[in-house]
Amino acid sequence: MTAYLLRRTAFLVVSLFLAAVVLFLLLRLLPGDPANALLSVGASPEQVAAARHAIGTDRPLLQQFVSWLGEMARLDLGSSFVSTLPVGPEIAARLVVTVPLTLLSFLLAVVIAVPVGFVAAYRASTWYGSVLSALSQLGIAVPVFWVGMLLITVFALHLGVLPAGGFPQDDWADPGEALTSLTLPVVTIALVMSASLIRYVRSATLDVLGSDYLRTARALGSSFIGAMWRHGLRNAVVPVVSILGIELATTFLGAVVVESVFALPGLGTMLVKGFAQHDYPVIQGILVVSTFAVLVIGFAADLVQRLVDPRLRRSLGGRFPGDGA
Amino acid sequence: MNSKTTSLLGAALVLALALAGCGSGSSGSAGSSGSAGSTSGAGTTAAYDPDATIEIGSLYEPQNLDNTAGGGQGVTEAFNGNVYEGLFRLTDDGKVESLLAKDHTVSKDGLTYTFTLRDGVKFHSGKPLTSADVKYSIEKVIGPDSQSARKSSLTVIKSIDTPDDSTVKVKLSSKSISLVYNLSYVWIVNSQAKNLTTTEDGTGPYTLGEWKRGSALTLERFPGYWGTPATNKQVVFHYFTDATALNNALLTKAVDVVTSEQSPDALANFENSADYTINNGKSTTKLLLAFNDRKAPFDKVLVRKAITSAIDNKKLLSSIWGDYGTLIGSMVPPTDPWYEDLTSVNPYDPNLAKQELAQAGYANGFSFTLDTPNYDPHPTVATFVKSELAKVGITVNINVITADQWYTKVYKNHDFAATLQEHVNDRDVVWYGNPDFYWGYDNPQVTKWVEQAEQSDTAEGQTELLKKVNRQIAADAASDWLYLYPQIVVASSSLSGYPVNGLNSQFYAYGIKKSGGRG
Repeated sequence: MTAYLLRRTAFLVVSLFLAAVVLFLLLRLLPGDPANALLSVGASPEQVAAARHAIGTDRPLLQQFVSWLGEMARLDLGSSFVSTLPVGPEIAARLVVTVPLTLLSFLLAVVIAVPVGFVAAYRASTWYGSVLSALSQLGIAVPVFWVGMLLITVFALHLGVLPAGGFPQDDWADPGEALTSLTLPVVTIALVMSASLIRYVRSATLDVLGSDYLRTARALGSSFIGAMWRHGLRNAVVPVVSILGIELATTFLGAVVVESVFALPGLGTMLVKGFAQHDYPVIQGILVVSTFAVLVIGFAADLVQRLVDPRLRRSLGGRFPGDGA
Repeated sequence: MNSKTTSLLGAALVLALALAGCGSGSSGSAGSSGSAGSTSGAGTTAAYDPDATIEIGSLYEPQNLDNTAGGGQGVTEAFNGNVYEGLFRLTDDGKVESLLAKDHTVSKDGLTYTFTLRDGVKFHSGKPLTSADVKYSIEKVIGPDSQSARKSSLTVIKSIDTPDDSTVKVKLSSKSISLVYNLSYVWIVNSQAKNLTTTEDGTGPYTLGEWKRGSALTLERFPGYWGTPATNKQVVFHYFTDATALNNALLTKAVDVVTSEQSPDALANFENSADYTINNGKSTTKLLLAFNDRKAPFDKVLVRKAITSAIDNKKLLSSIWGDYGTLIGSMVPPTDPWYEDLTSVNPYDPNLAKQELAQAGYANGFSFTLDTPNYDPHPTVATFVKSELAKVGITVNINVITADQWYTKVYKNHDFAATLQEHVNDRDVVWYGNPDFYWGYDNPQVTKWVEQAEQSDTAEGQTELLKKVNRQIAADAASDWLYLYPQIVVASSSLSGYPVNGLNSQFYAYGIKKSGGRG
């Protein structure tokens, strides 16, 4: 297990470094000069040169890259070109919105997708099984911002039961108020995300339902529920967990769009603005933090998979806490 | 594993229930936000709540809080006149009046301005205003690190002296009638203040409450203000990145007023509703079809006139803005003192356009590339221009570029035939006096008039000369001024006293009154 953890950690560090290199180079390949974005029409060439010098984009690329890596090693994400304010604290302040938004959406999506996916598989031959399946297909095709606007129109503009957007200025000081403002965004992301999740749960369940071991368990006298619970679920959950890791990452992408629609002060709106202004430190900071999060999530999904699937543990010869039996 | 999965599902269910619960619980607070306060009738402004909070919705969040360090349009909107004040103030209808300067005198040669400061003015930190602060503030704008867009117009300042605490003497290298106007956007800051990118120390009617980046900025009424106190207690600027989200906030009464509607599509929601007032104010933003006057065929006046007459600006404006916006036929908006309606100089007349083209030697037309910024409304306008010019035999190739490419290709390198661009500032007709400006309009007479106007002894003299400039550039069709943008402020009917023109992006909040009852 120790070897496995070491390997995974080394993999994490190397991936993060490679991601940093790619990020840095891709950003520099984008057309446009951040110094121009800082100034408005009427700026003199001297002002542009001064701005370029102030933000350091007049230095050689390698030098910029090394100094950025050095800052990152000290856990310093640098300062925004545009606002001149440090990026790290602003990202931290915005995680207060984006992390709950992502996690709650993810949980709600799972809560919707697991039973619906199961029913869609278990009753695949009935009319409502087909309807559920078709609905999930439709859900995959619908853009997330459209769902958001639809929910706003119904629940905020017509019924007036939920706010159309925004987030309390004192963050989570009043958790009820904060949750209220996150309700529509969370439902938006969860609905869209659960659509694809339902498909995975459905196909995993179908595989299990057609399996020999389930038939054998039934033949040995287990009830259907008992057989599903004891044998079916633990087999169906393996492919679903591996896909969940990826889904959690895509939830973050959904958050980028949804934050704009609901005027939430999260990482997504910050990223969009950073791109619009060629604000490299802001873009790099957010992407490094989110790349790190995705890698860690992948790591966690991997661990959970080992936890639920003894075969994985044995095949790699690793030992695992709680693996005594 | 069984227990783990079940507990996870259980937790998720609890959360979902909690969410649903919170959702239904919010209806009370969302609906009741506007109904507190006195009980006057809706829409009446005679009785207002002096301790009201004004919720303002805007698309322009400050980058930081320093307008000389890249704070941008957003900090001007929130702070100009509200938190910081200048020696002079540009009123909402375009007049310049004394603010922190009690009065001023100009020497006979017009090169020395002596300003006397108002007594009893204190910064928010409590420090009294002195001439040293004024000197510091002006030098901050013209200093080497300044990112102020207005820096170039203040380069005539040679030196600033402070003979005593309440007197400032500004010496100029050449006469500048615009100095007083230019000083209206120089914020007077406390010379000892630190961290002005995240805090403030001004003399205005409000102090900064809290700035939550990405979300909102709160201003609180300053109890030690030297002048008339604000007619509301608190102002909150709420920032949006999405225009639809902003309009939704106004529809759900999360905000009371939107500083500047950027799209006419949403206005239908507010028209014919007693709850909202739509104000059709006058902006200073002109949409230009700018020719490169240096290069053939646009070096010929007749060609430029022909194009100007070939495009139906009225139809263009109404297709983009409906009933809003104005045609002005020149570079000067109605809030500039030298405004004249010049729409008749080059009237819409395709037949005239064809004649002019023939006279200029282009009877069979020609083709050119139109560099078009990739953001609204430019691509739409480019398509319209293309179809209008096709009718007189001119082929337009639309080349879509980013704002940044525009800056390098067009503005800096002058490498273009024609381009579309919005010019936002007031009093910017003077750019036609600069032959090196990107459009390359070079008329020595106009250059001379612009110089003389700046050297005028009186505002009347300046106005007369700039009117001449304006008539001349219109006669020469130096550019095609397609239309003047509308400045649309939409507000709840319970508000009054807000600015409707928002010149130079400013939004004075201190006179806004909110009546108590909303019915």
